[in-house]
Amino acid sequence: MCGIVGLFLKDPSLEPRMGEMLTGMLVTMTDRGPDSAGVAIYGAGRDGEAKLTVQSDTPDDVFPTLAETLSARLGMPVRLSRNDTHAVLHLGAAHVAEARAALREVANLRIMSDGDRIEIYKEVGLPRDVAARFDLPAMAGTHGIGHTRMATESAVTTEGAHPFSTGADQCLVHNGSLANHNALRRKLRRDAVRIESENDTEVGAAYITWKMQQGASLGEALESALEDLDGFFTFVVGTKDGFGVVRDPIACKPAVMAETDQYVAFGSEYRALVNLPGIDAARVWEPEPATVYFWSH
Amino acid sequence: MAVYDIEADGLRGLNAALQQLAGTTPNEPWEVVNPRGSHAIAVGLDAPLDVTIKGPTGYYCAGMNKQATIRVAGSVGPGVAENMMSGTVIVEGDASQYAGATGHGGLLVIKGNASSRCGISMKGIDIVVHGSIGHMSAFMAQAGNLVVCGDAGDALGDSLYEARLFVRGSVKGLGADCVEKEMRPEHLELLADLLERGECDAKPEEFRRYGSARKLYHFNIDNAY
Repeated sequence: MCGIVGLFLKDPSLEPRMGEMLTGMLVTMTDRGPDSAGVAIYGAGRDGEAKLTVQSDTPDDVFPTLAETLSARLGMPVRLSRNDTHAVLHLGAAHVAEARAALREVANLRIMSDGDRIEIYKEVGLPRDVAARFDLPAMAGTHGIGHTRMATESAVTTEGAHPFSTGADQCLVHNGSLANHNALRRKLRRDAVRIESENDTEVGAAYITWKMQQGASLGEALESALEDLDGFFTFVVGTKDGFGVVRDPIACKPAVMAETDQYVAFGSEYRALVNLPGIDAARVWEPEPATVYFWSH
Repeated sequence: MAVYDIEADGLRGLNAALQQLAGTTPNEPWEVVNPRGSHAIAVGLDAPLDVTIKGPTGYYCAGMNKQATIRVAGSVGPGVAENMMSGTVIVEGDASQYAGATGHGGLLVIKGNASSRCGISMKGIDIVVHGSIGHMSAFMAQAGNLVVCGDAGDALGDSLYEARLFVRGSVKGLGADCVEKEMRPEHLELLADLLERGECDAKPEEFRRYGSARKLYHFNIDNAY
């Protein structure tokens, strides 16, 4: 069991409240996943600039010199904004691949995401505590997804928490368990796809990344996931412009959606949605199995 | 009328108060406000109570009901009226998966749609759905009646025993051993009664009946792998 929440705003006046609304939804889903929590928030970007979110278990050692080291390596200015165990590195959009390669050599550092707008924050702990340490309620954005984890397939660690990055400005969260992740991990690794943990969802995320590297659109990659992934899943994927939802054909993992003129919201349960503005008048429905849904700006 | 506010006074207090009336014949109707998607509201009742829940509920609303009439003015999460023994549960909105699962008796009415596995393993309950139902509904259904005024999803009535299924709209696919059967006068009569009790004005003649071909009842070597 895990909890998923997602919020896609149609009404820009709600953007300053994105973090606050998403945090409320996330904390309500604590019962479904009390061991770790994470969010992907799509905030404002700057032209020509990319954001790399990184995490460290020893941030006091790693972060103070990181921007300087990376800047020297890339020969261009790099700005670092730290947020607890995470930091966002702002750098020229053309240098992301080079920066990722350089960051892989830094000890005690993990890359959470890269893109023009995405930032991923995830840690072990109660969702309320994770939200507080990153001050999630203060974050603004156009859309965001969140996950509360109850681990079944691998250890309770930061790497095992969701969301998982699936490419620039893209991420995935999962409720369920994949049965064929070991076989699929071996297959993807043979194709030189990088998979860091023993977690089943990371394999799902890597699979989608791999499909898209072969030329599939995100929608097409999700359609093929329905064929190639064996197991239970409700996936919510974040993209630069919006989010998507897909459930496996059996669809045991719960999902509720709500739509008003102001937003589209996703929750594993209706409880996650009850504090959203105008929810009483929202159109509320359960997404169909084996059907890919997308909302984008 | 007794009004109970779940948000203010908590879920356990509600269920304790309602369950305490077991074996009595209460006159006062109950109204439950601010359910806000909570789980297990009004479960395990055993008295001819009249309970109205004003808003959407979460998992397992009205589970294990005996005798009570429980009305939800909203939608319900997974497992509404699970294992109901008797009484009536009426949902004004939609129901999520496995509505009425394993129910032994009573009547479950869903005025919106029900999603997957509606009436799974039903054992005597009657279910009337005004809208449509999802896939794998009435899986291994043993007894009782499932009435669907809209459409049915894939694999309807898979591995069905003796439950009767009535569908007015289309059926995406029938499950193993489920077949269409002749609608005889006694079925029309039964259906008319169910529709009336289910607060539904559809006409019995518009429905088709499905049931078990009874081919899975006995071991057949051709079915072995």
